[in-house]
Amino acid sequence: MRFTLNGLPVETNAHPMARLLDVLREEQRLTGTKEGCGEGECGACTVLVDGQSVCSCLVPVAQVEGARVTTIEGLHGTHPLQKLFMDEVGAQCGICTPGMVLAALALEDNPVPTLDDVRTALAGNLCRCTGYSAIYRAVLKWRAEADSGPHAAPEQASARHK
Amino acid sequence: MPVTAVGQSVSRKDGIGKATGAAKYADDLTWPGMLHGRTIRSTVPRGRIRAVLFDFDTTGFTIVDHADVPGSNMVDLIERDQPLLAVHEVRHVGEPILLLAHEDKEVLHAARVLVEYEELPPLLDPEGSEQTFKTITIDKGDAAAMAGADLVVEGTYQTGHQEHIYIEPNGVIAVPEDGGITVHGSIQCPFYALKALKALLGPDIPARVVQTETGGGFGGKEEFPSIPAGHAALLAHKSGRPVKIIYDRVEDMVSTTKRHPSIVRHRTGVKRDGTLVAMEVEVILDGGAYVTLSPVVLSRGCIHAAGPYRCDNIRIEGRAVFTNTPPNGAFRGFGAPQTEFAVEVQMERVAEALGMDPVEFRRKNALRAGDTTATGQVLREDCSALAVLDEAVRRTEFARKRTEYEGTDRAIGLSLFYHGAGFTGSGERYLKSRARLEVTPTGVRIATGSTEIGQGTRTMHAQIVADALGVPYESVEVAQPDTKHVVDSGPTVASRTCMVVGKILEECAVEMRSELGKLSPAEYFAKHGAMTVERMYEPPDWIRWDDATYRGDAYATYGWGCDVVELEVDPDTFDVRLLEVTAVQEFGRPIHPALARGQIEGGTVQGLGYALLERVVMRNGAMANAQLTNYTIPTTLDVPEIDVVMLENPYPGGPFGAKGLGELPMDGPAPAVVNALRHLGHDIRAIPATPEMIAASPVAART
Ligand code: FES
Ligand code: FES
Repeated sequence: MRFTLNGLPVETNAHPMARLLDVLREEQRLTGTKEGCGEGECGACTVLVDGQSVCSCLVPVAQVEGARVTTIEGLHGTHPLQKLFMDEVGAQCGICTPGMVLAALALEDNPVPTLDDVRTALAGNLCRCTGYSAIYRAVLKWRAEADSGPHAAPEQASARHK
Repeated sequence: MPVTAVGQSVSRKDGIGKATGAAKYADDLTWPGMLHGRTIRSTVPRGRIRAVLFDFDTTGFTIVDHADVPGSNMVDLIERDQPLLAVHEVRHVGEPILLLAHEDKEVLHAARVLVEYEELPPLLDPEGSEQTFKTITIDKGDAAAMAGADLVVEGTYQTGHQEHIYIEPNGVIAVPEDGGITVHGSIQCPFYALKALKALLGPDIPARVVQTETGGGFGGKEEFPSIPAGHAALLAHKSGRPVKIIYDRVEDMVSTTKRHPSIVRHRTGVKRDGTLVAMEVEVILDGGAYVTLSPVVLSRGCIHAAGPYRCDNIRIEGRAVFTNTPPNGAFRGFGAPQTEFAVEVQMERVAEALGMDPVEFRRKNALRAGDTTATGQVLREDCSALAVLDEAVRRTEFARKRTEYEGTDRAIGLSLFYHGAGFTGSGERYLKSRARLEVTPTGVRIATGSTEIGQGTRTMHAQIVADALGVPYESVEVAQPDTKHVVDSGPTVASRTCMVVGKILEECAVEMRSELGKLSPAEYFAKHGAMTVERMYEPPDWIRWDDATYRGDAYATYGWGCDVVELEVDPDTFDVRLLEVTAVQEFGRPIHPALARGQIEGGTVQGLGYALLERVVMRNGAMANAQLTNYTIPTTLDVPEIDVVMLENPYPGGPFGAKGLGELPMDGPAPAVVNALRHLGHDIRAIPATPEMIAASPVAART
């Protein structure tokens, strides 16, 4: 079975019903995707499948056959949102951060999201440390900066494999 | 010396690893030949073990029970009463009985072990428990002065369990090496785990503990990880191979410690003019099946039980009791959120009974410099109760809204609270915490046992050292807490990591500077080679504390807070919508304003969850809703942005004026929410205040 992982083609021998989360972490050794609950409630395992954020603990790997999967490693540390999570202290313990960053990418097409838009986009991602406010600051700043300058565009595009 | 890092929101030392997913947490690590470990646990709250039967092919398995323990089978904590592995009896659901390890996770989890019990009747009601882990009495003046009060108000308040829900569940890997065992793991206090491992493994097997990146702790990884660390060590010792134990969410919720449920009774006597005459407080904490840290949780809870108020006559009596439920343990706030909830709702009711404005009543009675606390501690200039109250009331236009919301579905309420920083009483003196600074070829390295669990230890320690030594923040490295390479700085708990360990580091840096002369650390290294400076903590010399009588200076200093909550209750569903939450807090001086703000925002939201959402349902001694689907913590949709105000009042005993902060924000939200509900007429005396409870609570006419 083949799919595209962070822009590169990969082949897996995993059981079709294996969780995408396990294939990513154990077979592909990409441990940036985290497991917080294993039941679709915490969002720590969030990845993008064809640009849509999903909980990889709920997705059997068979479902991503032929699809483009992006994990936090696929942003290469160069996405402006990653820097803003650092600057705004959107990451405390950091265990929710990869999932939060990927879930927030859903707002990429929204040039001026409101706070409620951000809340809705992140409603499936739990953070026990920050109380979310610092995460909102990072995300809103990202959109405001993207809105005022085109400099961030290349990384964003590559993150979404457009 | 120029101050360039302290007071600035410099970039976190660990920011990049966390934002890129490169940071390695326990489950991200593997070793060649590693096995996976699993814990077989009791399914009954109390019973004798009759038989343990293996209903699987045991080939390829490592199996460990109590007979495999080389040293002592008892967790080495305050009391040695809790077995690592049950022997003949079990006292709570989730108690570990047997350990299995196998290289294939699926095979491991498919193995069926049958345990036969002779079940015994469990004790589940803390009020009916006559087995007491600890009792405490605090006496100030004479509570019999109550007789002279114009009005006496009584009330009973209850708080439930609270589950930590660090997003990373407990996890450890034990690795046999150099004839001993090294445990890597998600551990708040590596030296606690080390002590427990030494007792467990005995004198012939050396132990070492290394903290991995830790995905949240909040007290839940303070004392508890000694158990999974010990289990993994036993399996590794027996198999001779590395063994990883990672709890899944359900196991973590069912079996690990939680915040102690409480029952607190108040009797408060006041004069007509609002002067407090006497306070009697009874505190009962449900400790669960083993002692763990219950005595010290009770201690902090009792010391804070009279709230930040001046009253000459106080009696506080507390007890932590045994029940056949999983042991409760450390959780941010450590007893104070329970007792401060009770006293703040009680004060609201006293004001109401007097027909007095709640702010006016608090202003009249709030502690000021020169006043004495319940333990007789004379407060100094670092007392800010009135300052936080006045700022919160002004900023939120409390008085105007209080009137304006009458007759609507909206309400506003507040709480005034404080939190002692550092270990209680003589605790810091007994701890003898140490910290070390090392000159390296490129700068300096901090080598302490203080862990980074999200709160920013690495960053703020480096800021303190940078400025005290006069070197750039970037040139300060922070060593990973590894008991082989760092010194014991005491546990990373009790809001002490900045104020206490930061202070030792500041002193190390000052001493190092005088050794360096005008050289930079790197220049010194090039010329003279390595140098280290190590120092021990000296608590302020004026601290006097008597453990026997509970009199004296309970804490070197206190943080102060006032939370204001505005909310709306749906008249049909009784759902609570939080509209605005304001947190005004004084904690000396922030070393890193953005990190400090994050502590307040995060702690406040945990407190709001405690107030409204987080309900542990216990059925026959077991958590019945041990899933994130059924036990809900605040999501982005449940809480507003928190309006944070940080008032400064530098504390001379802390580094650059800092006090402890981590726990303070947890104390205020629950009473502020419940006092807002009271403003709507709902008489709530227990949390979490679920819609069902609000619907059932008597609605009095608003005054
Ligand atoms: S691990 Fe997938 S949602 Fe929690
Ligand atoms: S930063 Fe710890 S859970 Fe979000």
